[in-house]
Amino acid sequence: MASDSNSSESQRIAQQRLRIIAGHLQKHKDDDSGIIATECKAEANKGTVPRKRQEIMKWNGWGYSDSKFLFNKKGQAEFTGKRYRLSGMVLPSLQDWFENTFGASVNHKSPATPALNASAVPPARLNKAFVEDLKATGIPFSHEAEDRVFRAHGHCLHEIFALREGKKFERVPDMVVWPNCHNDVVKIVELACKHNVCLIPYGGGTSVTSALECPPEETRCIVSLDTSQMNRILWIDEKNLVAHVEAGIIGQDLERLLNESGYCTGHEPDSMEFSSLGGWVATRASGMKKNVYGNIEDLVIHIKVVTPRGVIEKSCQGPRMSTGPDIHHFILGSEGTLGVVTEVTMKIRPIPEYQKYGSVVFPNFEAGVACLREVAKQRCAPASIRLMDNEQFQFGHALKPQVSSIFTNFVEGLKKFYITKFKGFDPHQLVVATLLFEGDRERVLQHEKQVYDIAATFGGLAAGEDNGQRGYILTFVIAYLRDLGMDYYVVAESFETSVPWDRVLDLCRNVKERINRECKERGVQFQPLTSCRVTQTYDAGACVYFYFAFNYRGLADPVHTYEQVEHAAREEILANGGSLSHHHGVGKLRKEWMKESISSLGVGMLQSVKDYVDPDNIFGNRNLL
Amino acid sequence: MASKTLYSQRDPMLKRDGFEDILEERRNSSDLKYALRCYAPVLYKGVTPCKANMLKNIVLQSDQLHYVINKVSQESGKAPDIIQEEASVILEEMAHRLQISTVRFFAFALTKAFKTLFQHVCVNEEGIQRLQQAIQEHPVVLLPSHRSYMDFLLMSYILYTYDLALPVIAAGMDFMGMKFVGEMLRMSGAFFIRRSFGGDKLYWAVFSEYVKTMLRNGFAPIEFFLEGTRSRTCKSLTPKLGLLNIVIEPFFKGEVFDVNLVPVSISYERILEESLYARELLGVPKPKESTSGLLKARRILSEDYGSIHVYFGQPVSVRSLAQGKVNRSKYNLFPRHIPRKPMEETQSFVNDTAYRIVRLQEDNMVLKPWVLMASLLLQNLEGLELSVLTEQTVWLRGLALSYAAFLDWPDHAPTAKVVSSSLALHRGLACVSGGRVSLVVGEPLGPVTPEEALFNRAVSVLSCASYRNQVLHVFLRPAMLAVAMHTAASSKKNDVYNCFSFLWDMFSNDFILCPGDTVQDFEEACYLLVKTGAVQMPQQDIVMTDIGQPTLSFFNGLLEPFLQGYQVVCRYFCEEASEGLTEKQYIPAVRSFAVKLILAGNLRCYEVLSSDMQKNALAALLRMDAVTKVKVADQVTLIVNKMAVNSIDNILGGKLPTQKAVLARL
Repeated sequence: MASDSNSSESQRIAQQRLRIIAGHLQKHKDDDSGIIATECKAEANKGTVPRKRQEIMKWNGWGYSDSKFLFNKKGQAEFTGKRYRLSGMVLPSLQDWFENTFGASVNHKSPATPALNASAVPPARLNKAFVEDLKATGIPFSHEAEDRVFRAHGHCLHEIFALREGKKFERVPDMVVWPNCHNDVVKIVELACKHNVCLIPYGGGTSVTSALECPPEETRCIVSLDTSQMNRILWIDEKNLVAHVEAGIIGQDLERLLNESGYCTGHEPDSMEFSSLGGWVATRASGMKKNVYGNIEDLVIHIKVVTPRGVIEKSCQGPRMSTGPDIHHFILGSEGTLGVVTEVTMKIRPIPEYQKYGSVVFPNFEAGVACLREVAKQRCAPASIRLMDNEQFQFGHALKPQVSSIFTNFVEGLKKFYITKFKGFDPHQLVVATLLFEGDRERVLQHEKQVYDIAATFGGLAAGEDNGQRGYILTFVIAYLRDLGMDYYVVAESFETSVPWDRVLDLCRNVKERINRECKERGVQFQPLTSCRVTQTYDAGACVYFYFAFNYRGLADPVHTYEQVEHAAREEILANGGSLSHHHGVGKLRKEWMKESISSLGVGMLQSVKDYVDPDNIFGNRNLL
Repeated sequence: MASKTLYSQRDPMLKRDGFEDILEERRNSSDLKYALRCYAPVLYKGVTPCKANMLKNIVLQSDQLHYVINKVSQESGKAPDIIQEEASVILEEMAHRLQISTVRFFAFALTKAFKTLFQHVCVNEEGIQRLQQAIQEHPVVLLPSHRSYMDFLLMSYILYTYDLALPVIAAGMDFMGMKFVGEMLRMSGAFFIRRSFGGDKLYWAVFSEYVKTMLRNGFAPIEFFLEGTRSRTCKSLTPKLGLLNIVIEPFFKGEVFDVNLVPVSISYERILEESLYARELLGVPKPKESTSGLLKARRILSEDYGSIHVYFGQPVSVRSLAQGKVNRSKYNLFPRHIPRKPMEETQSFVNDTAYRIVRLQEDNMVLKPWVLMASLLLQNLEGLELSVLTEQTVWLRGLALSYAAFLDWPDHAPTAKVVSSSLALHRGLACVSGGRVSLVVGEPLGPVTPEEALFNRAVSVLSCASYRNQVLHVFLRPAMLAVAMHTAASSKKNDVYNCFSFLWDMFSNDFILCPGDTVQDFEEACYLLVKTGAVQMPQQDIVMTDIGQPTLSFFNGLLEPFLQGYQVVCRYFCEEASEGLTEKQYIPAVRSFAVKLILAGNLRCYEVLSSDMQKNALAALLRMDAVTKVKVADQVTLIVNKMAVNSIDNILGGKLPTQKAVLARL
């Protein structure tokens, strides 16, 4: 284990929080100190997300327009832009990995349509009376094609693929509105009810469940309610350690602003750069550090929701109540079907004094899962503990930047030799657990020892901070990498589930096998990549996250093939005791399994709530039910 | 129509693999070299390398077993470690100790034996290739037919020959009685299970966990006999579900991705146990398995037993079979280590699967010309002209082929030659004298009582029947239709169906008839008879065509012994059975009833003397509630509903129309 106790400790602590938010990705300016924060371009009180999102973000892919992977003229992969740690770097092993894994070639390009063809966008069906009344309120809105198409999709494979191919959307929002505060939302919802207009709340737009797709059968005017301008922290209550925040704020802004006051929420879903607080509430989001801070349902103290029937909120901020079923749980996971979350009071914590990455190598996945189970049993999980399978471990390695010094190269080689030759680990079997510890320094070190001791009993070997950190980088850049894949005939997607401990191994094996088999049966010409990791541990089970990608050369309708395989994979998950979703939600993608998952009576209960709260289906995105 | 697929499956054009004789190479090269050659089979891709005794530890330390041990301990008041000890003893008694040296010994010894006993041992190599593929993909369960003790040695021998993973084989405990041989078998991969352990939870737990552990780890292919025991009659037996349930469960519980079931059909031209079986069926108990008995059996080494054909069928994926039939997520709400009774849908799935596999075994059984000749001889017990037999055999060959029989008829040989060489091989059963062919009846020395003479004749008939029985599965459905047409009150399709359905129900212990398939089987029978021109179906009628007579009368004759036999059993119950008849007394009583009838000249059917038929008839009557079992003290008594039995007797005799409601589907 590398220990850096002699490095400039105070400087490190001051930079802790910044490192957490964007840190996994920040530009690596100084090799010794590790990470230096870059200034965010956002002005005070003005969030990262402008109304015209397409000005800074890709209209047909993930993230910022200036940041993308590409293979340069030498065939080497590099990551453009200045925002991330990997930005501007050359990744020498990515090409080999990419070509070997997928049977793809950097010479076979499948480029995207360069720009949105505005004429292919269905014309806006405006409700004139609504528009008139809205104008009177002064709330900004738009019916430009770019704005509307941007909000017609999330980040499902089929959505991005359609954008890249320049396919025509059957239905897109007819206009976009940008409320600035809770009262604006109240006005918009009132007007929508008055004029029978369909509202679809839009937060970060990172949905992967087709939740943002406009129902094609919707004949009313569809208004996308973009919450991005509702992005202020309204107050911080240091006595109770809670903050009251507008729900449109995105993860990175929330953390940055809280950090300025010395606090954090600790809620860090992998999409936190772009996803919004309201979106987290609406989908029951989970952050990677939930072991310390909890999932979103543990973090919220108070929620304000504007529905067609009025505003729902509790009358106090008691930390727990016995007042019948918790009404928050009708809101959490409602996926925009009941109303708009406008303001949330959530727990905050002082920024941890010390943070440390780590990693452990296990001889195989079985040993790794057994170790995570033991850690969960002893309830000593670090802020984050994830177990990547062998495929993902190799994937992570392919993202190693060019090493400048011969010495580092030598050390790396030595490490590899030690693990594979001396310890006898099979490089095609070994897996790695990545760890993130937080807290005061002494306790972190103590905690670290405890976890490494447990790992040792399962044959685990400590493998350094660097490997750990790289694991987390992978999860942040994976969406950018998907865009790269799509430039070269590779489609990819991820999906997740939660499953009891005793079934983790069986589920992982069977789902992978099912994917391989389905791909073969459906004529996929190349061996697909199926990879999984255990991303969260609970007392009674774990969250498992799958990556699935394949080279689609030779397929007539790759997206359809992909969808069939994903469907089969989900059936396999359910048959193996996995849940329909751990944190992505149901959207429209997984609606068909709701009855099976929560019983028809359960669906009926949810339906009756929907019928009461929104009898005219104003919030008509048709998710969930 | 759902049954269409079934028809096409049984199409005469059905593609079957060709065979290779594996003895040929053995006759031309060193046996020792063969036994010592390099053996490196491909393994299951998910295999956890493991020694035979490590398996035991895994089983003993499994959650499954611990749960049952604690449960048994609570119930019996014995300490858990004592129960654990018992479990360990059970496992010790059960477990195999597969080791390659013993296998090599067998490879050597069996080669010697096979070369003297058999002309050919033929294997479909394409099947072997499929198996090799399957072994790597998923855990494999080998399900051979069971006609002889030879079966499992032969299986291991073949797998060794083709460099495939050697199976572990579930064997009956009776083998263990053979001291030295039992241990040898154990070292060649056999594990031993008690024949009955109904209520013994601990035994069941150890046993099922042992099998499942080997399956999950991919230790080796698991082999067992679905029929549970050797079929003494050469008809396939109603499958037993216990072990099949065990090997399928890991799939339902998600512990393995899939399980491949491989039906294997082993056909013997002459079965080593031929007359032994007949005697056993007639009530002479089978000799206890003993090493000295085996040595005495060496006598058989001097005889010619013709060829063996081993056909490895298409692997059947449990996953594909279960698709849409069993909802696996129902297993999600219960801890997997706690033993549970299988759910209803699982039970019926396993049952269907078992029948399906046995039918696949039947389909790929290789039939020799003698089988056809035996069928004809049995319909002419007084004997028939050789020329007539030859002519009819040729005719029957055509019929069998049009019904997709897997007939091994020598190429390019004149028919007379085929017939005479078949008669030569089976000279113990039939002989030609003065141009007439008739059954050989063993002539014991000294004076003979009428009973003894009858007994000897019955041995011949039953031996011969065991060959006819091999072809029954090919003709069964059309034959039942032929009988139904014969007995039905009219030629209306509904009436014929009612008769068919009655027979179907009646005979479902004697033949492999999948539960619930009555309508499908009826349609298949109609289709086949129409296709071969024996029957036509104008509107709602089923009538014989001008050329249908020989076929239909052959079919009627084919099932005649069964009809008669069941009638005798019915008459026994109506006329003879005393009150308080126990289940144990039933077989000898019905046998002596039949002997009386035959001696008095009132009955010419010898097959009713077979305990197999007697048991099946009783099972049918029990199923139809004409006879009921009552447990009094330790005895099981049979209560007869004479009215019901009598009417069944009459229907079988064609004296009473069947009154079953017409199925809506027809």
